Amino acid sequence: MWASIISLGGIGLLAALALGLAAKKFAVETDPRELALLEALSGANCGACGYPGCAAYAKAVASGEAAATLCTPGGAATLARIAHIMGVEAVAADPQVAVVLCQGDTRKATAKYRYLGLADCNAAQKIADGPKQCPGGCLGLGSCVRACPFGAIELTAAGLAVISREKCTGCRMCVSACPRQVIHMTPLDATVHVLCNSHDKGAVVRKYCQVGCIACQICHKTVPEAYLIQNFLAHVVYPHHVQAGEAVVKCPTKCIRDFVDGYPEGSTFAPPTVPINRGQAA
Amino acid sequence: MKLKTFPGGLHPPDNKRWTAHLPILECPLPDELVILLSQHIGAPAEACVQVGERVGKGQVVGTAKGFVSVPVHASTSGEVVAIEPRPHPSGRRLPAVVIRADGADAWVDGLQGADPMVLSPDQIRDRIRAAGVVGLGGATFPTHVKLTPPADKPIDTLVINGVECEPYLTADHRLMLEEPDRIVDGCVILKRVLGVDRILVGIENNKPDAIAVMAAICSPAGIEVVPLAVKYPQGAEKQLILALTGREVPSGGLPMDVGVVVQNVATAAAVSDAVRLGRPLLERIATVSGPAVAEPRNLRVRIGTPLTHLVSSCGGVQVEPEKIILGGPMMGAAQLSLDVPVTRGTSGLLLFGPGQFALVPEGPCIRCGRCVRVCPAHILPTTIAGYARLNLFDQAAEFDAMDCIECGCCTYTCPAAIPLVQAIRQAKGAILAKRRKV
Repeated sequence: MWASIISLGGIGLLAALALGLAAKKFAVETDPRELALLEALSGANCGACGYPGCAAYAKAVASGEAAATLCTPGGAATLARIAHIMGVEAVAADPQVAVVLCQGDTRKATAKYRYLGLADCNAAQKIADGPKQCPGGCLGLGSCVRACPFGAIELTAAGLAVISREKCTGCRMCVSACPRQVIHMTPLDATVHVLCNSHDKGAVVRKYCQVGCIACQICHKTVPEAYLIQNFLAHVVYPHHVQAGEAVVKCPTKCIRDFVDGYPEGSTFAPPTVPINRGQAA
Repeated sequence: MKLKTFPGGLHPPDNKRWTAHLPILECPLPDELVILLSQHIGAPAEACVQVGERVGKGQVVGTAKGFVSVPVHASTSGEVVAIEPRPHPSGRRLPAVVIRADGADAWVDGLQGADPMVLSPDQIRDRIRAAGVVGLGGATFPTHVKLTPPADKPIDTLVINGVECEPYLTADHRLMLEEPDRIVDGCVILKRVLGVDRILVGIENNKPDAIAVMAAICSPAGIEVVPLAVKYPQGAEKQLILALTGREVPSGGLPMDVGVVVQNVATAAAVSDAVRLGRPLLERIATVSGPAVAEPRNLRVRIGTPLTHLVSSCGGVQVEPEKIILGGPMMGAAQLSLDVPVTRGTSGLLLFGPGQFALVPEGPCIRCGRCVRVCPAHILPTTIAGYARLNLFDQAAEFDAMDCIECGCCTYTCPAAIPLVQAIRQAKGAILAKRRKV
C-alpha cells in the first residue's frame, strides 16, 4: 500500500512542478486594467459598443483603441468606473432610451392582407411592404423583442411592441432590428411622446388607424415650442419635453401619450415613476 | 419504359382538368391598359412617351436601361393618359404607362419581319431584345441575356421547356396543341443563334396529346421530343436539365456551365414572332382558373389588361375571392387585389373563395425529414430555416441556402405547416446583401 501512495504522490508532485514551471514560462501578459474593466462592465454582452461582447470591449479600451464612453447600457455608474480605471475624465452623455412610436395594434390599425408566414418583422416587410396598411406602424411580430438583450420589450396580445423606460438601457439593438424605423431614441426623462410614425396625410391616416397623427397642428398651437409638424407628422421637441404634457389632452386622436399615465393599451409594464430610475443591467 | 425524371419532388393534385381541354380564347380588348415598366428581372424600363401622346400598337413606351433589361411596348393603339405608379404584382405601386385604347388596334409603322436564315446571330439577338422577349415560364429573365453565353462556356444543347408542372396551369399545353409551328420556328431560330445541333423538348407525360402533336412536327426538323415523368418541379430549369441530359448543374452554377440553355415553349413562340414577323411581345396565353372562377378558361391576353377584365371575361366569380394568385399555386405570388395588370410573367390567375384553400397555423418541427426527402436541390430546408429564424445567415450559407430554387415542395409537404421557403428566402436575401457589401 505504501508503495502505491508514494509512487502516486510522487507522480502528483512531479506533475504539479511541471505545471507550475510551465505557467511561469508561458505566462500571457495581460493588462491588469483589462481585467478590472471586465469587472466594471455589466457582462450582458449586448454589443451596443460595437464590439463582440464585454471582453472584447474591455480589451479595446485597455489598448486605447476604443473610447471609454461606448457602454451605454452601463449608464453613468459604469462610465465613472471605466474612467477611474483608465484615468481619464468621464463626460456622461445624456442617457437615452428607445420608444416604439406607434399605438396601432391589430384592433386600432387595419391590415392590408392576412399574414400567416414567418413570425419575423423583416420577413413580413418583404411581402408587399408588410401586412399593415400603415407604411410606418409597428408590425407586431417581435423582431425587436428577440433582439433586446435586456428583456425590456414586450409584445401585447393585440400585436404591439412596448418598451419599458425603466428596463431599457439604450443599447439600440432594437433600432437596428426594426425594418420600419418605428423605434426611436429619446431622452430618458422625457415621458411625453407622439406615438405615430406615419408620414401620410391626415385623411389617409384616418382610413387605416384610429390612433394615428393626422397633423392637425393642435399640439403645436397649444405649446408651439414643444411640438414640430414635419411631413404630416408631429414630433416632440425633446429639449422642451417638460412643457409637452399640456397638449396630451388636446390631441383629437390620442396619439400623444404621457407614459406616466400608463403605457399603451395592453402593456403589462407598470407606468414609470418620475424621475425615471433606469434599471442597471444585472 | 421508365420515364426520365429527377430525384426528389412530389405530386400535388394537378387540377388541370378544368382548362386542359379548352381552346385558347381571345380576351376582349379592355378600355384601359396599364403597361408596367418593370415586367422583367433586371433594371426597369424608362418611360419614353408623354401624357397625351398617341401611340401605335407595338410602339416602344419604355426603353431598356442596361444590358439585363428589355423595352416595353404599347399592346394596342391609343392615347397615353397617365404615367404614374400603379399596383404591381410585387404588392408595391410601381411606375406604369397607362393607355386608353382607341379600338382601332392599329400597328405602329416600321415593324418589319425578316428571314432569320439571312440574319446574323447578333442581328437575331438584337431583334429578340428589341421585341422585349423574356422567359415566359414565369421568371421573366431577359431572353437575349441567356442567348449571350460567355466565350468560355460552349453550349451544345438547347432544351425547350414544355413541362408545365405547376398545378392548374394549361397555357403552355394549349399553345403546344394549337400553335406548334410557332414553337418549332422559334426553336430553329434559337438553334441558329446558339449554334447548337441538339434540341430537346421536355413534356410531362400527363399531356399525351401535346407530345403527339409536337413529336409529329418536331421530328422532321431534327428536334427530339422527350416525355418526362409527371412530378413537381419537373419544369424547374436545373431539374429539367438533369432529367433530359443527365448533367447536373453545379452548386452556385448556371445551366451554361453544363453547356445547356433552357427556353420555355411560349418564349420560343415569341422569338419566332419577334424575328420572323418583327412583332414585339404584346400578348401571352394565361390560364384563368380556380374554384372561385365561374368559367375557367385559357385566354390570349394583352400585356397590361387589368385582372378584373380577365375575370369578367371568364363569366365573373362564383364567390368573392379571398385568395388571388398570379402564376401557379406552388410558386405564384398572392395578390392584394385584382387591380394589378397582366405582365409578361402572368402564366395564370387563380382565384379561391373562403374555405377553398388551406389556412393551417404553424406548429413545431417534428423532425420527420419530409422536406429533406422532397427537396429537388438536395439541401436541408428545416436546418436552413432554423438558422434563418435565429438570424444565423453565415451558417445558413454553409448549408447551401443559395442553392434553393424556391419551388415550395418543402413548405407543401411540411406536416407542421412551417413557412420553410419564406425562411430560406429570408436567408438568401441576407446572404446576398452581405456579399454585395463585402
